[in-house]
Amino acid sequence: MAHYGRTGLIARKLGMTRLFQDDGTTVPVTVLHVDDVRVIAQRTEETDGYAAVQLGFGKAKPKNVSKPNKGHFAKAGAEAPMKLVEFRVAGDALVAPGSKLSPAHFLAGQRVDVVGVTKGKGFAGAMKRWNFSGLEASHGVSISHRSHGSTGNRQDPGKTFKNKKMAGHLGVERVTTQNLTVAGVDVEKGLLLIKGAVPGAKGGYVLVSDAVKRARPADAPFPAAVA
Amino acid sequence: MNLLQQFDAEQKAKLLAARAVPDFAPGDTLRVMVRVVEGERIRTQAFEGVVIARSNKGLHSNFTVRKLSYGEGVERVFPLYSPSLAEIHVVRRGKVRRAKLYYLRGRTGKSARIAEKMGLRTSAAPAATTAE
Repeated sequence: MAHYGRTGLIARKLGMTRLFQDDGTTVPVTVLHVDDVRVIAQRTEETDGYAAVQLGFGKAKPKNVSKPNKGHFAKAGAEAPMKLVEFRVAGDALVAPGSKLSPAHFLAGQRVDVVGVTKGKGFAGAMKRWNFSGLEASHGVSISHRSHGSTGNRQDPGKTFKNKKMAGHLGVERVTTQNLTVAGVDVEKGLLLIKGAVPGAKGGYVLVSDAVKRARPADAPFPAAVA
Repeated sequence: MNLLQQFDAEQKAKLLAARAVPDFAPGDTLRVMVRVVEGERIRTQAFEGVVIARSNKGLHSNFTVRKLSYGEGVERVFPLYSPSLAEIHVVRRGKVRRAKLYYLRGRTGKSARIAEKMGLRTSAAPAATTAE
């Protein structure tokens, strides 16, 4: 069973820019907006069989919230969020419903994992989707320069195996990028700067959590940075 | 202005406060003082040449300076707001009719000259490029 720690944060990807360091070097960063992230509900070992916190991001217009959901949000005393996400946490890392989380949850320099939904590429060929080499530019190849090659053998086995890499839909897939470095935190504006690229389009939601492959920094706020 | 643009604008303002960016355009001759780190020591090194291109994209703006070094053409692209540039001096204003002077790459000597620009600019322009 996976070992659960602190909760993560929901953020919105604003886009990429760079940071000029004093020594003249440049750090490419993705700017994430942690906008009004609140704890909506808790899942506990006793009632649900697992421990988790349900977080909400932003504020939804009342006309876009269904009646049952309104009741659910009212219970936490929170306004209706635009996005709801559950984070599994350790039993002692639960956060009280209604509390607002700040980007100070993460420390500059710590490693995080970021989950996002990649940009859709539509129906893509084997070269783009699987990095196939395609066929030759000449030597008798006609019309099919970007096609995949053979997809199987002969009468034995007499079929194309399942999961053969072929053309098809690419993108719009949940992807986790591990071990990204936090380049900076701006609590006032609710910004989280992540070094390097983060999956997904601008304006898309991403989930940021402590890196699973690194130890959490000792001075990171536990169970969460409540604003 | 969205949050990302705001973030960039703030960083730009901070960098501008540390080092002003003079008003210059392609065709001008610049002396760029570059900070060079040699082990523990930091010294500045001058790179003097003609601006052959300038790309204005906010914080990510950069410009290309071309010079002849021992008969060999050398081009360097500098980030406009980088703290590694100690200073930018405009040595001479050039009169050109193109935004990108890539035609200079094929030329040396007499044909690579640029006429000096006289007058006109001093009164109106200073604020224009720093604000970009």
